Amino acid sequence: MLDAPGKALIEVSGLKMYFPITAGVFRKHVGDVKAVDNVSFTIYEGETLGLVGESGCGKSTCGRAILRLYEPTAGAVRIDSKDVLAADADTLREMRPKMQMVFQDPQASLNPRMTVAAIIGEPLDEHTSLSKKDKLARIYELMDQVGLNRDFANRYPHEFSGGQRQRIGIARALALNPKFIVCDEPIAALDVSIQAQVVNLLEELQDRLGLTYLFISHDLSMVRHIADRVAVMYLGQIIELAPRDPLYVEPLHPYTQALLSAVPEPDPEAEKTRRRIILKGDVPSPANPPKGCNFCTRCPKVMEICRQTEPTFHEVQPGRFVACHLYQETAD
Amino acid sequence: MPDGALPVLDVSGLKTIFRTRGGEVHAVNSVSFDLRPGELLGVVGESGSGKSVTMMSLIGLLPTPPAEVRDGRVMFDGKDLLHCTPAELRAVRGPGIGFIFQDPMTSLNPVFTVGYQLREPLMKHMGMTKAQAQVRAKELLELVGIPDAERRLRDFPHQFSGGMRQRVMIAIALACDPKVLIADEPTTALDVTIQAQILELVKELRQKLGMAIVWITHDLGVIAGIADRIMVMYGGQVVEQGPVSEVFHKPRHPYTRALLKTVPSVRGERTAKLSVIEGQPPILRDAPSACPFRDRCAQAFDRCASENPARTPVGPGHDAACFWDFDADAPRTHEAAHA
Repeated sequence: MLDAPGKALIEVSGLKMYFPITAGVFRKHVGDVKAVDNVSFTIYEGETLGLVGESGCGKSTCGRAILRLYEPTAGAVRIDSKDVLAADADTLREMRPKMQMVFQDPQASLNPRMTVAAIIGEPLDEHTSLSKKDKLARIYELMDQVGLNRDFANRYPHEFSGGQRQRIGIARALALNPKFIVCDEPIAALDVSIQAQVVNLLEELQDRLGLTYLFISHDLSMVRHIADRVAVMYLGQIIELAPRDPLYVEPLHPYTQALLSAVPEPDPEAEKTRRRIILKGDVPSPANPPKGCNFCTRCPKVMEICRQTEPTFHEVQPGRFVACHLYQETAD
Repeated sequence: MPDGALPVLDVSGLKTIFRTRGGEVHAVNSVSFDLRPGELLGVVGESGSGKSVTMMSLIGLLPTPPAEVRDGRVMFDGKDLLHCTPAELRAVRGPGIGFIFQDPMTSLNPVFTVGYQLREPLMKHMGMTKAQAQVRAKELLELVGIPDAERRLRDFPHQFSGGMRQRVMIAIALACDPKVLIADEPTTALDVTIQAQILELVKELRQKLGMAIVWITHDLGVIAGIADRIMVMYGGQVVEQGPVSEVFHKPRHPYTRALLKTVPSVRGERTAKLSVIEGQPPILRDAPSACPFRDRCAQAFDRCASENPARTPVGPGHDAACFWDFDADAPRTHEAAHA
């Protein structure tokens, strides 16, 4: 562990999110897309957990299921030791202010017919009973916090650039003083020079307001920058979870190794000499995952046992979890 | 890059504008570059910097109106492409210049099989019969590493994964053995592990086929691995151009320098805070009369607001459009010598 682990804020255990596949006139249930399959992790107060993986591995679904934007199939999610998945509609509504989300596409997640002030103020309307004056003061305060000019409060989202729109989305998420924010690829739709601005803003806000983030991204270099611990997902499962530095210096799971080696580096000399691990083939369909280890179809270090039994996700070094048969012996 | 070899593609003073209801947008402003045989030129820039529009203007792929190529010269194979008839241009596209588009989902026709789409250019441009084209199409799919090629020819695009579709796009672009291949963000829509596969494939194909490639991307890491030369675009202009190691180690334009610094790495030192380029990219309402980067530039001084810097040589085969001299850490003074 980097530092003494604080209080666990988010505890996820055995989370499963299956989307049913139906067929025929009677919509008979013929199978499931296992988007998130038995995922467990903890996020400590004040830290950033990075969740990385390729598209379709279930990282966004996982983030949404934690906030119960989907109804998960099984599992438990506790935020501040209150169970989110068991809560009824009224209780859940009371819990919502504590957990917020920043969405991937700022274009699609802001209502084009609402002004910035109305967008940022909407959560305040829903969950507080502030007077008009207090509400406006709070909206201005939020706009200052995320670096938006107060004069723009009456403009509409289309009048802003991508980076500024993402700031509006962040201000909306901050409106109710949340403890926990799920950032679902907040920078994926932005240009390189704007990405750094938004990431710096998120870090500043975290320092100032003591926020806890689940930072979902496919950009491994950005996650290395912002996250304290990193979880790597493949085909609906977390296959490795470790503090940031050990993970990037010495990845244990063969998939993490391949993923890190595939990231191109902005340095021509290093690129010439570097050896990439090239994975063969594509990710299997989550509706029909392979028998045994999910990664066995592409793994360069595949063994006989990988095709038979699924590896368990367990701690191999203090704070480092991995699901791979290569490290199975050390556990017992 | 050895000098002396005649460029296969020579672009000078290209200007493209878009007519919109809100007025004209100057997307490409006096862009000049050349491409030598067998070389890979990386074009880097943010969205809206004009990199795709430049390449589409070259071979008349932009819808006109709203687009209008107002000025410039594009020499390819002894012809100026900007003054070609549509029929002549069609003859160039394919055997002369191949194009790989960014999004393999939207640029393949969903209602035709992959085999049909591969055979089409072969029969149109190479004069092959259907049977010959079928054989060649299978070879092409094998070349880009699609297993079970013969059967896959009968599949439709939706039956392929993203990486495989991009391979099909590459196969179609390669079908007529083009002298120049223009790849517009070919790996941006793909995952890193699939991107690594495509990059390996391109390196391999270059060795086998030896064509010249223009590779458009916003990812500096991709360029570092494959390009010989790099061209940085900002606000519709080329702001820096040079051999890849020169530009990465001795960037001479403040935008390139800032861009290299803002990108975090997965290896090496981890910085506590990312350095940022403040502000927003420019809106290209008018023809440039000043440096497009001046509002975001740390080195900007009064001259930058009154005059648009021309590209000035700063090293062997390396030029930058900036009034600031980073060696002297002062405004450039010896300009008269170059003028």
